[in-house]
Amino acid sequence: MDFVSFLIQTLNSLQYGLLLFLVASGLTLVFGIMGIINLAHGSFYMIGAYLAFVLASTTGSLFTAILLGIPLALIFGALLEWALFSHLYKRDHLEQVLLTYGLILIFEELRSLLVGDEVHGVDIPAMFSGSIQLSEVLSYPVYRLAISAVCIVLAVALYFVIQRTRLGMMIRAGNHDRTMVEALGININMIYRVVFALGVALAALAGMLASPISSVFPNMGSHVLIISFVIVVIGGIGSVWGALAAALIVGFADTFGKVLLPELSGMVVYIVMAGVLLWRPEGIFKKG
Amino acid sequence: MNTHTSLILKLAGLAILACVPLSGESFYVELIAKTLVLAIFAMSLDLLVGFTGLVSFGHAAYFGVAAYAVAQLSPKYEAASLWYVLPASVGLSALAALVVGLFVLRTKGIYFIMVTLAFAQLAFFVFHDTPLGGGSDGIYLNVKPTAEIAGWIPFELDNPAHLYYFILAMLVAVYLFLGRILQSPFGRVLVGIKSNEHRMQAMGYRTFRYKLAAFTLAGGLGGIAGFLYAVVFGFVTPELLSWHQSGNVLLMVILGGMGNLVGVIAGAFVFTGMQEVFGSWTKHWQLVMGGVIVAAVLFLPGGLAAIPGRIKRSLQGGAAND
Repeated sequence: MDFVSFLIQTLNSLQYGLLLFLVASGLTLVFGIMGIINLAHGSFYMIGAYLAFVLASTTGSLFTAILLGIPLALIFGALLEWALFSHLYKRDHLEQVLLTYGLILIFEELRSLLVGDEVHGVDIPAMFSGSIQLSEVLSYPVYRLAISAVCIVLAVALYFVIQRTRLGMMIRAGNHDRTMVEALGININMIYRVVFALGVALAALAGMLASPISSVFPNMGSHVLIISFVIVVIGGIGSVWGALAAALIVGFADTFGKVLLPELSGMVVYIVMAGVLLWRPEGIFKKG
Repeated sequence: MNTHTSLILKLAGLAILACVPLSGESFYVELIAKTLVLAIFAMSLDLLVGFTGLVSFGHAAYFGVAAYAVAQLSPKYEAASLWYVLPASVGLSALAALVVGLFVLRTKGIYFIMVTLAFAQLAFFVFHDTPLGGGSDGIYLNVKPTAEIAGWIPFELDNPAHLYYFILAMLVAVYLFLGRILQSPFGRVLVGIKSNEHRMQAMGYRTFRYKLAAFTLAGGLGGIAGFLYAVVFGFVTPELLSWHQSGNVLLMVILGGMGNLVGVIAGAFVFTGMQEVFGSWTKHWQLVMGGVIVAAVLFLPGGLAAIPGRIKRSLQGGAAND
């Protein structure tokens, strides 16, 4: 592999890993704070991508679609938490698995009823449609760089919110000991709703951003869901920074796995996870 | 319910199942045969979920390994010997479960659910991407295995009625075997692990070994179901290992009420029943299925097996509490 193709694969790994981070960060927060295993989290990614397709084809611009889509996803997440997930906190994991599995079936069928089962493409916004020439034959699309940039900005923003704001303090405290937080007079149900809606919006945004490069297709959420589980396992439940590191590990393992070991391409990520399980079964970043 | 009535009801259920091939309706014979296979699969998972407290979301992997094993071990245009391919494929799925168990049993709770799912996905890709499987199209099992022993043929799996009774016999065998296991000291330890693993460890049990044995056993029993499935349908695809398959079997276990083998068999019937009924209404039957699942979790904790108890309690004005 020469330097330019190495650079391209590195950028691809970063972009894929950062996008996965958007999905996995919400998943790990919902696990860590609410103690809920949410199989339907991949569906939010799928919903985001279809939302981008529908809104972009009606408004004619992916930008507008994303700007409209984020508040819609936040409202959807808050409603879903209020209607269904708030009943799951005191239930055991099995019932959570069951309910969220049922939700996947519902979301996929609604998608099929409303938008159909065809594969759709979404146009890249004109200002990002170019590519940067890296050598005489190889170039790199600007849109992928833009995705990475958006994800980095969001990761920094998430860091700021979690580490530096009052809300973030409550989220961290809830992650640590929810009974104590309640005893201190903080409305934990409000925190739950905010975190859940945030997780839904991040996953949906990942789907919207990915829609032009991956296209929009049925069951696109399930692969992302399982990969996000792998990320949460590697990073440790509830650890956002663990999720970031693990998402990048997975991004690199998957991208370089496809190039270097094409016949094992689907498996590399899982083999990495198996290795981590042997080494640190609680995830790399889980303390104590 | 005392043991006598319970035994009579079970035998009556068995008698009804035994009469199915007499109807001569090949569609229903195949449908019930498929349901019985899924019931065996669900019972094998119940050993983990219902009795040991291990929520595996990747049980389809062992079902699929055995199904692929039959297809790969059988010669292309000849019948393989049942007495060789059945133990071999079941042994391979147990072996797969043993290896995976060494990894996944290092984790607990939510981690365990996610990690079992991830390993099942790994198994999916093994059959989807490598020469071990036939890609996404799968492999045909052209000739069903033969039960011939030294020239004598006790039954023929080509004959739908014989195949049906063979499956029913396997169901009864797995049921009795699991019942026996659960009565044994080994089974008692598993139930103890479910209720409190730390206490079992404090009592000196090496719980990891017990869990690994249960995981391996469940994988092997799930392999019996996978073997039968491949024989009934004559082809295998990676979809057999998909996470929907793992989800569906978990659904059967939960619908039937975990830790209750008869309930789990009923769960398999309810599941296929719903699939057939909703499927006859609409192409989008999964929407109805999803709605039923969500409603069941919200309004029916404890599954189908909890219904008789609830009726009894409401009849007795909530006084009984057994």
